[in-house]
Amino acid sequence: MAFEGLTEKISSAFKHLRSKGRLTESDIKEAMREIRMALLEADVNFKVAKDFIKAVTEKATDAEILESLSPSQQVIKIVNEELVALLGGQTTRLTISPNPPTIVMMVGLQGAGKTTNCAKLAALLRKQQQRRPLLVACDVYRPAAIEQLKVVGRQLNIPVFDEGQGDPVEIAKHGIDYARRNGYDLVFLDTAGRLHIDEKLMDELKNIKATVKPTEIILVVDAMTGQDAVTVAQTFDEALGIDGVLMSKMDGDARGGAALSVKAVTGKPIKFIGTGEKLGDIEPFHPDRMASRILGM
Amino acid sequence: AAFVKIDEDLLEELEEALILSDVGASTSAKIVAEVEKRAKLRKTTTASELRDLLREVLTDNMLDNQPLDVSGRPAVILVIGVNGVGKTTSIGKLAARYVSEGKKVMLSAADTFRAAAADQLEIWAKRAGADIVRHGEGADPAAVVFDSISAAKARGSDIIIVDTAGRLHNKANLMNELAKIDRVISRELPDASRETLLVLDATTGQNAVHQAEEFNKAAELTGIILTKLDGTAKGGIVIAISAGLGVPVKLVGVGEGIDDLIDFDRAAFLEAILPPAEQMTGDSENEEEGAEQE
Ligand SMILES: Nc1nc2c(ncn2[C@@H]2O[C@H](COP(=O)(O)OP(=O)(O)OP(=O)(O)O)[C@@H](O)[C@H]2O)c(=O)[nH]1
Ligand SMILES: Nc1nc2c(ncn2[C@@H]2O[C@H](COP(=O)(O)OP(=O)(O)OP(=O)(O)O)[C@@H](O)[C@H]2O)c(=O)[nH]1
Ligand SMILES: [K+]
Ligand SMILES: [Mg+2]
Ligand SMILES: [Mg+2]
Repeated sequence: MAFEGLTEKISSAFKHLRSKGRLTESDIKEAMREIRMALLEADVNFKVAKDFIKAVTEKATDAEILESLSPSQQVIKIVNEELVALLGGQTTRLTISPNPPTIVMMVGLQGAGKTTNCAKLAALLRKQQQRRPLLVACDVYRPAAIEQLKVVGRQLNIPVFDEGQGDPVEIAKHGIDYARRNGYDLVFLDTAGRLHIDEKLMDELKNIKATVKPTEIILVVDAMTGQDAVTVAQTFDEALGIDGVLMSKMDGDARGGAALSVKAVTGKPIKFIGTGEKLGDIEPFHPDRMASRILGM
Repeated sequence: AAFVKIDEDLLEELEEALILSDVGASTSAKIVAEVEKRAKLRKTTTASELRDLLREVLTDNMLDNQPLDVSGRPAVILVIGVNGVGKTTSIGKLAARYVSEGKKVMLSAADTFRAAAADQLEIWAKRAGADIVRHGEGADPAAVVFDSISAAKARGSDIIIVDTAGRLHNKANLMNELAKIDRVISRELPDASRETLLVLDATTGQNAVHQAEEFNKAAELTGIILTKLDGTAKGGIVIAISAGLGVPVKLVGVGEGIDDLIDFDRAAFLEAILPPAEQMTGDSENEEEGAEQE
């Protein structure tokens, strides 16, 4: 279970709080120190954790709260609320274009889960909204990337548009033309994995964006990512203006602090989570559920 | 040299730098405490001395460089790890390295699960000039390994490199499957020199420790391949793994090209984690004050 360790740490910090009738500022500091440590062990970015602790401490050390009848409950409430807010408040859906096709561009680091999860998303929206999806093979670099997309397409009975190892910008454009001509109303562009610092390949994404004007650019982030998640997300967002995030590999036992970090630095919502290797393993992201899970409530 | 006051602020700065490199909060605290102790003993006064001290403590906490052992014939390299870390790519690069050394290399496509995994490995086998044994999708991975060993014996291969499916370490059935592959190798080639390499993605955070622990239970690890060090992540979590589990980092991935796999160099790795001396001022909150200059 993701976040398990964080839950343990925070509840143990609060167990200590609950055992006291009244809280002093130093009690709160001690609890916050433990929460900070837990956040860091959960891979929440150093600076994000610092800001979070600062915001919670400010609210929690308010005289009204310290003197209230159940101060520890109040503090727990504050931590919970701040965490939900940090995670994005509410579930955010994928935007559907009023002028079909809706174009979703999947981007991210190498191996994050773009190819697998664009197929999963296509199948999910076909089922939920009766859409007609098309997958477009814009990864012309990774060995057998096109074949991989074709295999998952075949498994789901979703067509795949490809032009072999051509120019990704042209392929994207032709893929969308093909969708228009053939009545596909939802197009997923599977782009190659790339480093955020690879200027040439980041320019390629900018060109695809400028050419096809996607409805949504989804950054796929591996739930196991550490401190670097903020740098990666910030750089992709600055270059492309991402619209949302898909956290993959949530079926592992990573605590997934990257989710908190990415949301905090980009302000862009986490929309979906990948929960397995099978093509049905995808779910909408629920910030409140996630926060409750983190806090064990 | 810049003189610095080794106070709480400065030590906190060191800790921040380590945490941001994914060294981990508790390991970082431990390392910084040791730096503080040695700094007091040695009356350290300059930023560059302090940096040397940090390097020294980090070095003490990490196993030294160790080459792969492929002396036996055939040697078997089993490559394992969670999804998408760079197993197949690293195998392609490694195969190319051994082929260029004049060795006969056999790749075993024991990832029969992921879409087009064997096709991907086959492209790498061609690039590298290695042989490959593959079965159809969904075949039993242990059977692929068994066949690869038979083929390698028949063809007189020097090295067999086994590609396995990415699997999350918290999935018992998949970890059992891995243990079975490991047993097949031991049974079929009891005297072979063995390497079992865990591939870790440098962007991974604290979860890498669990990965290493669990994979080590399924198949005894002999080394780590740390991939994607060409990005901005530093891969600091391998310090805790190296010291804690006694598993050395042996290879490093620095790109997607066939030559982008290099031997691990502890000094270079740690150098990338150390903050620059000019940043070691102890007043990050109050930048303009700067450090005292000599
Ligand atoms: N357990 C688990 N595995 C996943 C999930 N999503 C993707 N994967 C696996 O992660 C690995 C990488 O997934 P891909 O879809 O190939 O990733 P990618 O981002 O397209 O990779 P590149 O194209 O090489 O950059 C594969 O083994 C997938 O099966 C998930 O939610 N859970
Ligand atoms: N930048 C960079 N990318 C790498 C490196 N090693 C591998 N990759 C890329 O990471 C992605 C995943 O690599 P794979 O070799 O398919 O990973 P894997 O562990 O075999 O993945 P699964 O079999 O799906 O679990 C590919 O896009 C590779 O090109 C590296 O050292 N640096
Ligand atoms: K990854
Ligand atoms: Mg892909
Ligand atoms: Mg692979």
